[in-house]
Amino acid sequence: MADQVFWDDVEEGMELPEVVKNPTTQQLVKYAGASGDYYQIHYDQGFAKNNDLDDVILHGALKNAFLGHLVTKWMGPHGDLKRLACQYRGMDIPGTPVTAKGVVTKKYQEQGANLVDCDIWLENEKGEKTTPGSATVTLPAR
Amino acid sequence: MTTPASFLTEEMRQQAIGRKSEPHTMEVEKGAIIKFAQAIEDDNPVYNDEKAARESRYGGLIAPPTFLRTVGVDRPTYPFDMPFTRLLDGGSEWEYFHPVRAGDRITAVSEIADINERTGRMGLMIITSIVVTYRNQFDQVAATQTSTSIRY
Repeated sequence: MADQVFWDDVEEGMELPEVVKNPTTQQLVKYAGASGDYYQIHYDQGFAKNNDLDDVILHGALKNAFLGHLVTKWMGPHGDLKRLACQYRGMDIPGTPVTAKGVVTKKYQEQGANLVDCDIWLENEKGEKTTPGSATVTLPAR
Repeated sequence: MTTPASFLTEEMRQQAIGRKSEPHTMEVEKGAIIKFAQAIEDDNPVYNDEKAARESRYGGLIAPPTFLRTVGVDRPTYPFDMPFTRLLDGGSEWEYFHPVRAGDRITAVSEIADINERTGRMGLMIITSIVVTYRNQFDQVAATQTSTSIRY
């Protein structure tokens, strides 16, 4: 299990390896098709502008999926995602990168499970946390 | 557009809370999982590579987190006319209980858990909390999703 993180080795304050995403308008169209979310503010600029937006914006749920990617990549093939939460505080637009980041906030055991809580978020180029959230995973022990 | 100072009464809140959608069932197709993983650009083999997924502890392809929103369950209807046309997604909280596998039949029902109004920078807003429960063909709750929608 080369890419496996173990509960024993996790410490509070530990950072999750970042996941950088470079969403494009093409990705938003792919996501619209794959998710079934065809709300036009995600691909029709005229429609977005009529809704007081400057540009088309990323689907909130796509940003949620980016955070899911961050956490599941870190927890490895034998980790289990138990909870994934985020708030869409700021809008993100295609053509600018977003970075998914996280930090371990709590390590504990409950009913025989080895659990870890993390704060997670998406950050834009200005360093603003547009999508803060949290997650809980179980990890294998050594 | 001018909006009223207040819209939602306590009586309207109580009429709305607990309203459910019709159940909606979807079969989780392999191709849909792979397309979704490609769209979110997550190359984890358990979502993308059938052979590698068979050799994993899941024994086959599983769906990435948040995939279940592709089930596309309707929102519950409101018991009153909603005079707000714009809609924003405020956020989501998922809880996962069982993996979602290719071939699963997932039945989703959504329910209004709470509804409130608030005045923000966009004027009067109606904030609704909706819980979606996703059950698999074994009647196990695979996941729940609590999402917040903002109408203004």
